[in-house]
Amino acid sequence: MVELETTQDVKDLHKIFVEDVYGIPGGDKIRQCQQCGTCSGSCPTSSFMEYGPREVIAAFRAGELDKVVRSNTIWLCTSCYSCTVRCPAGIKVTDIMYELKRLAIKYKSWPKDCKNPALSKIMIDNIEKYGRNYEVGLLAKFTMTQKPSLGVKFAGLGTRLFMSGRMPLRPNPIKGRDEIAKIVAVLETKEVAG
Amino acid sequence: MSLRYSYFPGCSAEATGKAYDISARVVCKKLGIDLVEIPDWNCCGATSYISIRELESFGVSARNLAIAQEMGDMDVVATCSACYTILAKTNRYLAEDDALHETINEALAAAGRSYDGSLTVRHLLDVIVNDLGCEAVSDKVARRLTKLKVAPYYGCQASRPKGTFDDPEFPVSLDRLLEAMGAEPVYYPVKTKCCGGMLMMTEEEAALRLNLELLQCARDNGADVIVTMCPLCEMNVEAYQSMVNKRFGTDFNIPVMYFTQLLGVALGVESKRLALDKQIVPVDKVLAKVPA
Repeated sequence: MVELETTQDVKDLHKIFVEDVYGIPGGDKIRQCQQCGTCSGSCPTSSFMEYGPREVIAAFRAGELDKVVRSNTIWLCTSCYSCTVRCPAGIKVTDIMYELKRLAIKYKSWPKDCKNPALSKIMIDNIEKYGRNYEVGLLAKFTMTQKPSLGVKFAGLGTRLFMSGRMPLRPNPIKGRDEIAKIVAVLETKEVAG
Repeated sequence: MSLRYSYFPGCSAEATGKAYDISARVVCKKLGIDLVEIPDWNCCGATSYISIRELESFGVSARNLAIAQEMGDMDVVATCSACYTILAKTNRYLAEDDALHETINEALAAAGRSYDGSLTVRHLLDVIVNDLGCEAVSDKVARRLTKLKVAPYYGCQASRPKGTFDDPEFPVSLDRLLEAMGAEPVYYPVKTKCCGGMLMMTEEEAALRLNLELLQCARDNGADVIVTMCPLCEMNVEAYQSMVNKRFGTDFNIPVMYFTQLLGVALGVESKRLALDKQIVPVDKVLAKVPA
């Protein structure tokens, strides 16, 4: 397991961040951030974030990205792309959030009560196993393993969805599951070689 | 112009968003738009996958594009806005980045496929409004929705990040289509604000607040119904109204429909074929306002 404890770890985190963000088409525009705050003002969930998007870039410049990676910020990003569309410097803020999600997972670093990484993991497993997202399986597994309270809360709604045929109980795996496995296997080696 | 497309239904079409797929197919047939389903399509991965396994996400999305290409050079049409965004983004990044394209083709080759990057990914709304055109739709309307006030809810991912077929902040395509049906699109300044996506599962308070705003704005502007073009938006805005009510002491019971369902009503398709019975908030009040 990778740790994020020493000064060297934090330096490594920065190094990977810079390499990966600059690797995104147009990713180097992060240098042109003027800290105007349009991103944070546009973000529908920034009021729930420990660090708004503007502060994320400020933290990057201050060499304190580890704080962001440990915070709830990145897990509140819904990918609505408001920040990306409005940024006067053309910074792909949503893609930066994605990169930070990847780093948080790499360093296994997120707030204790944050269930988003677990939810994402179940969805990723579904896709790689069935080739499709299996909504009922996703909800059931997430509720059982992560958030039993949801079971009670969503019981009524789940029943209604089931009754109206909106919750099929079985997954519908694709034929080309082996193709997905082969594609993923090749690309996994690319990431490691990175 | 031949209105023939390869069709990517997306995973929600098999579950919570079934009504979208059913109504989209029926309506397209009625409008002379030929949707040919991409055989054995796989999940686009949505936000969860691209945000965490980016390269793999481009890979599995490209498999869909590769299969679509084997069908000919038709545009790829998605109904779900999340699928549309992911497939379009994959397509765009492959076009912008030769090294990435090469890597992805190497992975596709292992699965016996390849993709040259030449297809175009479209949203169904774009196809109906811009390829067929609102005038052609209007000509086919059997039941003019003259008394109906509709909140046109676009959500985030149909027009963002690129705004390919409409303005990323204040799109009008859906408003125009509603007018072609004879309906009145109400002032809906939150039309591209986020529904919270998957946050309802993990960050309930934030998700409920976002939906409160969407519902309140529709009510304040006198909307009879909210019309959506994304299964995630539909689910959030419709199915969680009782949770919003419980949290904020409101009494929302606003019908929510896919734009394809309402278009079907306007085209004279019977309710059963539009899966209107799958809605959680009954749509009777909406139908009662429509001339027979």
